Amino acid sequence: MKKPTATLLFSLALAGLVLSSSVMAGDAIAEGKKLAFNRKKGNCLACHQIAGGALPGNAGPPLMSMKARFPDKAKLRAQIWDPTVRNPNTIMPPFGRHEILTEAELDKVVEFIYSL
Amino acid sequence: MNKQLVKTLLTTVAIMLALSSVAQASPEEDRQAFVKFFHDRFPNVKGDDWINGVYAIDSASRAQWEEIEDFPPYEIYVDEGKKLFETKFANGKSLADCFENGGIGIKQNYPYFDTKRGEVVTLELAINECREKNGEKPWGWKKGKLAAVSAYMAWTSRGKKTNVKIPNDPRALAAYEAGKKHFYSRRGQLNMACAHCHMHYSGNKLRADITSPALGHTTHFPVFRSKWGSLGTLHRRFGGCNKQVRAKPFKAQSEEYRNLEYFLTYMNNGLPINGPGARK
Ligand code: HEC
Ligand code: HEC
Repeated sequence: MKKPTATLLFSLALAGLVLSSSVMAGDAIAEGKKLAFNRKKGNCLACHQIAGGALPGNAGPPLMSMKARFPDKAKLRAQIWDPTVRNPNTIMPPFGRHEILTEAELDKVVEFIYSL
Repeated sequence: MNKQLVKTLLTTVAIMLALSSVAQASPEEDRQAFVKFFHDRFPNVKGDDWINGVYAIDSASRAQWEEIEDFPPYEIYVDEGKKLFETKFANGKSLADCFENGGIGIKQNYPYFDTKRGEVVTLELAINECREKNGEKPWGWKKGKLAAVSAYMAWTSRGKKTNVKIPNDPRALAAYEAGKKHFYSRRGQLNMACAHCHMHYSGNKLRADITSPALGHTTHFPVFRSKWGSLGTLHRRFGGCNKQVRAKPFKAQSEEYRNLEYFLTYMNNGLPINGPGARK
């Protein structure tokens, strides 16, 4: 009887972990969305069309199918942290390098953009 | 040849071209390249329509604007400016005494480089200096009475072609170059240059705002902006655009902004004055 109980407990714990981490990711996506849409924070809508966002600008490409365009999440983060690395003439602000967003905020924005 | 090598070569050529154009370009060559850039980017803009800013490139907002122009919101300011212009100072003189042709129809020659002083003189600076020279207090730089008088003086100059000169004086060229540098330099936390919004991405939407081409930027100032609910000078607008990118704005009539005005207005040489204007 001892073994199955341990297994059960173990699976329960695992399920709990998986559950809580997916809840965390969901929270990050929701918070990332708020940050991305907030004019004082990301204000990504100034230049990008994003599903669910009103009055988008069009200086940059629409943000969609991001997993296909950025199979490597780190590259997506790097683009948002400092887009001048890839394109020295870009109009897009360096959100990380100029501390427009904190590192933690940037992580959440990445989660949100990656979910598009 | 391998791809990397081709890329390196192309970059080298591009850098050499950029360097050689920096080394050689005279203000007149700059202006021609500037004009060509906008003609290529907006082939549908006809003649001098650049002087109408964003309305030259966006037919949707143009219709609204034309309705506003039927009852121009700046008219009362032109009247007020005329009165102020004609009011005698305590010493019996008036603004007309400080200017060529009594101050009528001269806006197209401003700003100019004063070779005696070694600096750029804008119309607003000249107005306030005239007051001070005659024992009167200067007016605030960005709006109010100074903007009204400037509006009246622009009004009397409507149709005259922008005619900014760069005299043969190394300091004049340096002032022009300083203004040019401001226009093309990134600044502020958002790291953008005037040239980003008003040249390379002009005509794009930033949220709901379409950014105007810089060609034609200076001809209609001072401007009545619905957002301000009043008249404002060009330097008021410069300050607003600096703030948008979270840069600390310079003071109106600072050397920095006078040089910027010098460069930007020189780029508009040949375009008719149509101030004061109305914008959203
Ligand atoms: C002022 C304009 C502007 C703002 C604000 C802006 N971007 Fe961009 N963005 C661009 C432009 C233009 C590009 C095109 C590539 C380039 O110029 O680097 C771009 C490219 C991108 C790309 C790469 C797209 C691809 O498929 O290559 C991503 C991802 C991106 N932006 C995300 C963001 C996020 C997230 C924000 C807000 C936190 C944001 N951008 C804010 C202008 C902007
Ligand atoms: C973040 C984008 C952005 C930057 C950077 C920017 N501007 Fe603007 N500017 C705008 C917007 C938006 C408007 C209002 C729409 C229009 O008329 O272009 C505007 C309007 C203007 C106008 C008034 C145009 C008119 O027809 O009345 C002038 C002049 C101007 N800007 C000059 C500058 C200068 C000079 C700089 C650099 C110091 C600058 N701008 C930087 C976005 C910008």
